[in-house]
Amino acid sequence: MDFPSFLIQLLNSVQYGLLLFMLAAGLTLIFGIMGVVNLAHGSFYMLGAYLAWSLSTLLGSLVLAIVVGAALSVVFGLALEWLLFRHFYQRDHLDQVLLTFGLIYIFEEMRSILWGDDVHGVKIPELLRGSIPLTDTLSYPVYRLFMSGVCIVLALGLYLLISRTRLGMKIRAGAFNRDMAESLGINIKLIHAVVFALGVALATVAGMIAAPISSVYPNMGSQVLIMCFVVVVIGGIGSVRGALISALLVGLVDTFGKVLLPQLAGMLVYMLMAAVLLWKPEGLFKQ
Amino acid sequence: MSAPKNNLETLPRGLQAALALGLIALVAFPFVGSDFYAQMVARMMILAIFAMSLDLLQGVTGLVSLGHAAFFGISGYALAFMTPAGESVALWWTLPAAVLGSALAALVIGFFVVRTQGIYFIMVTMAFAQMVFYVFFDNRSLGGSDGLYINFKPDATLFGWAPFDLEDKRSFYYFTLACLVAVYAFLRRLLFSPFGRALAGIRVNEHRMRAMGFGTFGYKLAAFTLAGALAGLAGYLWGAQTGYVNPELMGFHMSAHAIMMVILGGMGNFAGAIVGAFAFEYLLSVFKDLPTVGGVHIGKHWQLWMGLFIVAIVMFAPRGLLGLAGRLFQRKEGP
Repeated sequence: MDFPSFLIQLLNSVQYGLLLFMLAAGLTLIFGIMGVVNLAHGSFYMLGAYLAWSLSTLLGSLVLAIVVGAALSVVFGLALEWLLFRHFYQRDHLDQVLLTFGLIYIFEEMRSILWGDDVHGVKIPELLRGSIPLTDTLSYPVYRLFMSGVCIVLALGLYLLISRTRLGMKIRAGAFNRDMAESLGINIKLIHAVVFALGVALATVAGMIAAPISSVYPNMGSQVLIMCFVVVVIGGIGSVRGALISALLVGLVDTFGKVLLPQLAGMLVYMLMAAVLLWKPEGLFKQ
Repeated sequence: MSAPKNNLETLPRGLQAALALGLIALVAFPFVGSDFYAQMVARMMILAIFAMSLDLLQGVTGLVSLGHAAFFGISGYALAFMTPAGESVALWWTLPAAVLGSALAALVIGFFVVRTQGIYFIMVTMAFAQMVFYVFFDNRSLGGSDGLYINFKPDATLFGWAPFDLEDKRSFYYFTLACLVAVYAFLRRLLFSPFGRALAGIRVNEHRMRAMGFGTFGYKLAAFTLAGALAGLAGYLWGAQTGYVNPELMGFHMSAHAIMMVILGGMGNFAGAIVGAFAFEYLLSVFKDLPTVGGVHIGKHWQLWMGLFIVAIVMFAPRGLLGLAGRLFQRKEGP
């Protein structure tokens, strides 16, 4: 592999890793803070992709669609938390698995009723089309750089929110000791609603920005959910930093695996997971 | 995983009577029902074996596996590979071979997953099962996404003597029923053996079991392997009955269905798994057969009804149908 194509694969793997991080961060935040395992997390990703498709046709602009879609997903997340999830914080993991599995069915069928079962494409906006030359013969698409940029901005925002703001302090306090935080006057119910909506929004935005390059199709959620699980298992559940590092690692192994060892590509990520489990059964950065 | 306070391991008398009646009904069914329904009931029995195998992990040992379908599918594929295109293959060696294949796969995967706990176990089992799924899905030589056909049912001839013919629908039905009864009897026996007691102890408090000197890793790995083997038996029967295997058999939905069956019936006593499998399959067929009202084809959206039903069950009947029935029986028997 020569240097320019190595560089392209490296950029691709970082872009894929960052996208996985957006999803895994929401999954691990919701688990780490509320103790809820959410199998329907992949459905939020699918929802994002379909929102990007219909809103960008409706509004005529993908960027505008992403902004409107993100706002809608926050409302959706708050409603879902209020209707269902808040009743399941103290319940068994098994009950949560069942609840969210039922939700997958409901979301898939609603998707089929609202949007049909066809595969759709989403156009890349005029401004972000084209590519940047790396050498005389090779160039890199602008849209993938834009994706990475959005992910980096959101990851930084998430980091600052949790580690530097008053709200972040309350979130950490609630995750550390719920009863103590509550008796100190922190409104845990509100915190939980906010964190849940944040997790949903991260997954939905990931789906929206990925739509132009991955296209929009039924069952796109379940594939992504399994990769998220792998990322969370490798990183250690509840650790956002672990999710970031393991998402980048998974992106790297998956992308380079497809180029260097195409026969084994599908297995490599799982082999990585198995190796980590042998070495550290609780993941690399268990909190 | 919290243990149910009121254990249903020992079945109330009323429930035992109901199970005996159920068995009589199953024996009589082929003489009463049509061929179509007999085949449907045979499928329910196969799924009941599958659900019982998961209950050994989920209800008895407290390990919720979201990848149990992997072992169900592996065995079905094993039958497909062993059956030549133009003739049948002997039942008496392919059945043990397929079950052994599933057990071996469960032993290897179990070695990795059993060291994790709770929510981690759920995620890791799902990830490994998905890996198995993609191995078959991505490889044309393993059938790919289209799957494989099994043109002939296994041949039960033993040293020139044929005790029954599985191509005959009624024989197949009774062979499946015999497997169901054997697996149930075996698992009930196991539940009250020292091994079964140790597994139940692990569910209640694994730390205490380890402190008492039990090698819990070995016990859990043995349970995982045995559950994989029994899932393999169900998968073999499934492959033989439908004559077709595809990667969906090992998919995430199949695994989740098994969990749902176990919960729906009630966990930890194997009778619940049987009841759950029958109830779940019956409900699915009811939802799929819903009529068209005012131009809206309600049955087409069965996933929506199934989803709403699952959510309702978790919200309102977390201990399953047998849990509900058990509460009724206990109220009657109480002072």
